[in-house]
Amino acid sequence: MRDERARSVPTAIKILVAGGFGAGKTTMVGTVSEIMPLHTEEVLTSAGTESDDLSGVEAKRTTTVTMDFGRITIGDSAVLYLFGTPGQDRFWFLWDELAIGALGAVVLADTRRLADSFPSIDYFERRGVPFVVAVNCFHGHQPFGVDAVRGALSLDPEVPVVMCDVRDRRSGREVLVTLIEHVRAITLGPAHTAAAGTS
Amino acid sequence: MRADDDDAHEWLDAEAGPLVRSYAVTGGRARPGAATFDLLTYVVATPAGQRRHAVHLQPEHRAVLALAAEPISVAELSSRAGFALGVVRVLLADLFDEGAVKPLAPAVAPGHIPDDHILQAVILGLRHA
Repeated sequence: MRDERARSVPTAIKILVAGGFGAGKTTMVGTVSEIMPLHTEEVLTSAGTESDDLSGVEAKRTTTVTMDFGRITIGDSAVLYLFGTPGQDRFWFLWDELAIGALGAVVLADTRRLADSFPSIDYFERRGVPFVVAVNCFHGHQPFGVDAVRGALSLDPEVPVVMCDVRDRRSGREVLVTLIEHVRAITLGPAHTAAAGTS
Repeated sequence: MRADDDDAHEWLDAEAGPLVRSYAVTGGRARPGAATFDLLTYVVATPAGQRRHAVHLQPEHRAVLALAAEPISVAELSSRAGFALGVVRVLLADLFDEGAVKPLAPAVAPGHIPDDHILQAVILGLRHA
């Protein structure tokens, strides 16, 4: 479409921020972007009722999920939309829609609970969504190095692993840069990316 | 699947409060009609939609229409309106059927990676904005 309205639509880029509970998803979305709550109300699927303990809400078949949603406007041409994925398994039915058309994902990892990031990593690997693992250094100190984390998570060698502090805007945004560079490397090949970066 | 999964319509009983409340504004309809609106689809009010007084609408429709005066993504519209995403989709479908809003063609075809110069601009923007 080439009419005047079509030209006013920026390139919308979807990025997911995943990880276990308490890994810093909400903090990261809030630090790097203009954050807004996004409510979705869904009928629980059978998968959801199966996997979750619904004691106390036995009769409830719908659930309101509030996702972290943020926007970063890049000039007139592009807008990044960040979606913090719901942290509970029972909300994974929401992920499929989120994953469709996503440029990539950030998996936040907490080294005290590394296993919490397995489901996210698994999901993105299976769906072929490019992702980076960002180790959130909550306390300014990180006893494990990048290689140790990579080994513990059995990551493919090309998956970037970076240290970050999601409370810091620059650090959080650098994680997004790492993800976009990773996507460029996949799309263009490493040689092209390097050439573009240095020219 | 468990044996008791055949109670798929159990939520239609008297306990179905949350479902009824949220979707009351949509007349109980949970699925959009003529058009589907992806999270990042941009929508905008049409000239006919801008003349809101000419269209018979509920307050929720008007709220959505007002937010769509300028092109806006479905996700952002939902967030700003404070309505659940599913509700906004139904309202948008109503407005689309009325000719009051229209979805805009995306700058990048769904499922396609944006041009590299866009990605490079994004990287620059993230580092320097």
